[in-house]
Amino acid sequence: MTMLDETPLLSVAGLSRYYGERVGCRDVSFEVYPGEVLAIVGESGSGKTTLLNCISTRLEPSAGSVSYRMRDGESRDLYRMSEAERRLLMRTDWGFVHQNPADGLRMTVSAGANVGERLMAVGERHYGRIRDTATHWLSRVEIAADRIDDQPRAFSGGMRQRLQIARNLVTGPRLVFMDEPTGGLDVSVQARLLDLLRGLVNDLGLAAIVVTHDLAVARLLSHRMIVMKDGRVVEEGLTDRVLDDPQAPYTQLLVSSILQV
Amino acid sequence: MSDLVSREAGTVAVRASALSKSFRMHLQGGLELPVVEGASFEVHAGECVVLGGPSGAGKSSILKMLYGNYAATGGEILIRHGEAMVDLVAASPRLVLAIRRETLGYVSQFLRTVPRVAAIDVVAEPLVARGIDAATARERAARTLERLNLPQRLWQLPPATFSGGEQQRVNIARGFITDHPVLLLDEPTASLDAANRRVVIEMIAQKKAQGVAQIGIFHDEEVREAVADRIIDVRGFGPARAA
Repeated sequence: MTMLDETPLLSVAGLSRYYGERVGCRDVSFEVYPGEVLAIVGESGSGKTTLLNCISTRLEPSAGSVSYRMRDGESRDLYRMSEAERRLLMRTDWGFVHQNPADGLRMTVSAGANVGERLMAVGERHYGRIRDTATHWLSRVEIAADRIDDQPRAFSGGMRQRLQIARNLVTGPRLVFMDEPTGGLDVSVQARLLDLLRGLVNDLGLAAIVVTHDLAVARLLSHRMIVMKDGRVVEEGLTDRVLDDPQAPYTQLLVSSILQV
Repeated sequence: MSDLVSREAGTVAVRASALSKSFRMHLQGGLELPVVEGASFEVHAGECVVLGGPSGAGKSSILKMLYGNYAATGGEILIRHGEAMVDLVAASPRLVLAIRRETLGYVSQFLRTVPRVAAIDVVAEPLVARGIDAATARERAARTLERLNLPQRLWQLPPATFSGGEQQRVNIARGFITDHPVLLLDEPTASLDAANRRVVIEMIAQKKAQGVAQIGIFHDEEVREAVADRIIDVRGFGPARAA
């Protein structure tokens, strides 16, 4: 019997963010363990994007703490690190997959350079190795090797999203944040991307925090989920338990509102 | 390996005590719907226990609570996980997942398909999740699918387009491929022909011989007769329905 790894990778405690009088998110606490995929679900305005931005150092919280276990095993409060340390973390140990690939890619440099750039940021200088690694990652995300010199401008939405994922994973991150990773894609493209993400997360043992309004995406990708409404967590638990036996009135409403096909 | 201890005949694998479930339907003005009350039973290594009773009596709810898929309203479910008896009702989500990975398997009636994943990989996945290398896992998946007479030309295809019976065989193969010491069976033979029903009966018998504790729902009388060591009539756990 394997023992549970009892030290979380990311710990969020009492996190709140206010916009003046208005509540973005209030008193949110949770933990994410290595290799675990957590989905944060809720409708627009529920606070899930505010929360994601606060835990990924993109938006300073009004109260509460976010700590992360560094590669040396030490847990550090993200908002007590220097700006340079935070940037290094984002470039190496973390990934961030935006809903709109244009926000996470450089659209006017080649696909290969988009992937290679993250490697160079962690100190890789050897051109041949960078290109080999980039080719490898493009194939992992099912982009043909002969597209390596094309700019993402010339790619379809699904391909751009896959390229963004390759760019994020090339440095071997331990934690990846995803903001509606399949939003805005055609259904068939979504299915392919979900399957790809699922495989990568399993193979690489990544931890991921996925923000989505799509319960089917949460079901397919996540182990645990958090349901948010009006900036607060209204329910959390094992993904299939939350979806098949929802307890909170709001979760029951969400689940019962899914269109059956 | 602790599996050896847990599989000695007569060892308690699962013990449910005073288990209850009621649904509170917030969209119906907070209506309270009790479905199970005071369910207490034990299942031992090497036996197959069938939950019996008419539909609506709560068989399926009990099975889903045993898997951690439904939250119990009260009571406890002790399951032998490695050396310890662990209460599934109180277990954290991460512990429930660890129990499912190592101890507790589930064969459901319906396959929840993942787009684009080939049938053989759907079957091999639980082995890969337990750390077995992909080639060995596929080899064992192939043998299991062969045994269930799933035509080889289907193995590389995603099961979404398969017939009900074919999907169910993929599901059965996936559920039986691991060596989980506890297996939950939710009508695994519902859409199978006679020949494949017999294969499943054999597979259940083989699991018993290996010391696996099995708890199932079977509407098919022939299958039930063939596999059940004991029948637990869940009407005994029905809520007292006041009109």
